[in-house]
Amino acid sequence: MNMITKAVLLTSVLALAACSNKSDFVGDDVVDLNAGANTGFEGTGGANDPTSVAFFQQSVGDRVLFEVDTSTLTGQGRLILDGQTRWLTTNSDYTAIIEGHADEQGTREYNVALGERRANEVRDYLVSKGVPSSRLRVVSYGKERPIEICSQEGCYAKNRRAVTVLAAGLSG
Amino acid sequence: MTLKKLMAVVAICVLPLTAWAQNGPLRIEITEGVVEPMPFAAPNFVAESGAANEFAERLARVVVSDLAGTGLFREVPRDAYISQITSFDAPVQYVDWKAINAQALVTGAVNVSGSNLSVKFRVYDVFSGTEIGSGLQFAGTTQGWRRMAHKVADQVYARITGEQPYFDSRVVYVSEQGPKDKRRKRLAIMDYDGANVQYLTGSEHLVLAPRFSPTGDRVLYTSYETGFPRIYVLEVGSVKRRVLESQDGSMSFAPRFSPDGRTVVYSLARGGNTDIFRMDVASGSSVRLTSGPAIETAPSYSPDGSRIVFESDRSGSQQIYIMSANGGEAKRISFGKGRYGTPVWSPRGDLIAFTKQSKGRFHIGVMRTDGSEERLLTASFLDEGPTWSPNGRVIMFTRETQGSAGSASLYSVDISGRNLKRIPTEGGASDPSWSPLQR
Repeated sequence: MNMITKAVLLTSVLALAACSNKSDFVGDDVVDLNAGANTGFEGTGGANDPTSVAFFQQSVGDRVLFEVDTSTLTGQGRLILDGQTRWLTTNSDYTAIIEGHADEQGTREYNVALGERRANEVRDYLVSKGVPSSRLRVVSYGKERPIEICSQEGCYAKNRRAVTVLAAGLSG
Repeated sequence: MTLKKLMAVVAICVLPLTAWAQNGPLRIEITEGVVEPMPFAAPNFVAESGAANEFAERLARVVVSDLAGTGLFREVPRDAYISQITSFDAPVQYVDWKAINAQALVTGAVNVSGSNLSVKFRVYDVFSGTEIGSGLQFAGTTQGWRRMAHKVADQVYARITGEQPYFDSRVVYVSEQGPKDKRRKRLAIMDYDGANVQYLTGSEHLVLAPRFSPTGDRVLYTSYETGFPRIYVLEVGSVKRRVLESQDGSMSFAPRFSPDGRTVVYSLARGGNTDIFRMDVASGSSVRLTSGPAIETAPSYSPDGSRIVFESDRSGSQQIYIMSANGGEAKRISFGKGRYGTPVWSPRGDLIAFTKQSKGRFHIGVMRTDGSEERLLTASFLDEGPTWSPNGRVIMFTRETQGSAGSASLYSVDISGRNLKRIPTEGGASDPSWSPLQR
C-alpha cells in the first residue's frame, strides 16, 4: 500500500472540547467594559450627588467625541476632560479605564489602533492636568462596540468616542 | 485528557488503480478571459456494498458541488443521462455522454465495511474517449466521507485545470450573533464550503481575526479575555489555548504566522502608537520591526518568509508597504486614490490582496507585489479582510451590510473577479482565515 496521505479527523475532538472554554478572568476591577456605561455603582448616590458615578456620567460628561479618522481633542472635548480632571482629583479613590472607539467605516485592525490613539489622547490630557497616570488605563475596542447602530454620520459621530469608565480601584 | 487520546487518527490511503497515466487533451486554462463553464457529468457513485448505498449519492453530490462551485464547471442535469454507471470497471459508453454534451465524466465507487469507507474514481475526457490520469482510491472512515469527496474533487480539478486544488481545506472565522450594539463573537472552524462547523471558543469574550498556522494545526487570534486585547494561540485538536503576548499596559492584535510557523508577526499598541513586532514562538522573545508615530498594522509574510507586507498611515492615510522580515526601510506599493489596508500575500507569491476604501465604498482587490496591475474584485458598503485559498485562485472575505440591522457574512470571489458567492454559515460570520490544503 502506497500511503501518501495522512489525515487527522478532529470532529469528535472539537465536539468534546468546544465547551471547555470557561471564563478564567472574572474578578478584574473592570466595570462594564461592554457598554462603556458606568452602571456598576448604583447606590453610591444619585445623579445629584456630585461624588456619584451617575454625576460623573451625566453632569461632568464621561466621553469625548472625535472627527473622522482623527484623535485630536476638540475644544468641547478639552472642556469635558477638564471637568473629569476636577472630578477625579476630588474623588481620588477611583481609577478609570479609558475606552477608545471608532465608527464602522474602517478596517478592523486599523480601527483598534485608532481607538488606542484616541484613548491615549484622553489619558495624556488628563495626566497633563494632574491626574496620576497610575490611576488610568487605556483599552481600544476599535469598531467592535458601537452605541449607535445606524450607518449614517449621526450615529458614526457618537461612536467615534473615548469613554472614561470609572472603577473602584485604589481601595481594593 | 491528552491530545493523543482525544484524537481519532485516520489515514487516508491512496492507491493507483492502473499503471498508466496519461494526460488527455481536455483542459480548462484559467485565464483572465471569459470562461464558459465546462459541462461535466458525475453520476451517483457505484455502491459496492449494501452499507455504501447512502454514501454513493452523497459523495457524488459533494464532488459536483465542489466542481460547479468554482464557476469553471457546469453539471449536466442527471435527467438528461442516456446511460447510467452501474459498474465502476465496465467500459464507458462515450457516445451516450457525448450526446448530452458532457465533456468530462467522473465515475466512482464506494465500499463500506464497518466504519471504514473507501472510494475510488476515474475521470474521462468524453470527446477524445480517454481517461484523464489514472484511477485512484482513497480509504478512510465513514465519518470522514466529506473529506474523501473533497479529495476526489481536488483530483478532478487539478487534472483538468492543471492548477493546485483547494477543496480539502478548512476555514477558521468569527461566528457572530446578536444586533450590532450587542454582538457576541466566538471562534468557529468549518470546511471551506461551510459544512462541519465546530465552535472553538465561547462568546463571553470578544474575539477578533483568527489566523491559521501554515500547517493548519494552530490558530492565532485576539481575545479580550483579560479586558484588554491580547494575542492567543489555540491548538485546533485539543482547543487548548495560551496567551502569546501579554505585556502589561499594551494591546496586541493582528497576528500572523511566518511560513515556517516559528515566528509570529503582530501589532503592539502602546502610548497612542501602534507598531509591528516579531515574536519567536518557542522563546517568546520579540523584536520591534517598525518605529515612528504612525499606525503600522496588519502584517503578512511573503511565502518565502523574507518580506512582510503591512499597512501604515505614515503618509497621512492608510497605504500598503513592504519591508524586509527583519524590519528596516519599507517601500510603499499602493498609490491609487483611497485608503488601502489588510494586505495579505498570496500563497503563490505573485499578488497582494487588500481592502480598499474609496468614495464611501469598500473593495477587495489584488495588486502585484510592486503595486502594479491593481484590480478591484468587489464593491459594497463594507468588504474587508481577504484570505487566500491554498492555491491562490480564490479570495474569501467579510461583507457587512448597512444600517441598524446590518450583519456580517463570508463571501468568496475568484481573483478574476468572477464567481462572487456567499458561504453559508449559521448566523453572522466574519474574519475568515483559509487553511492550507489538508494532508
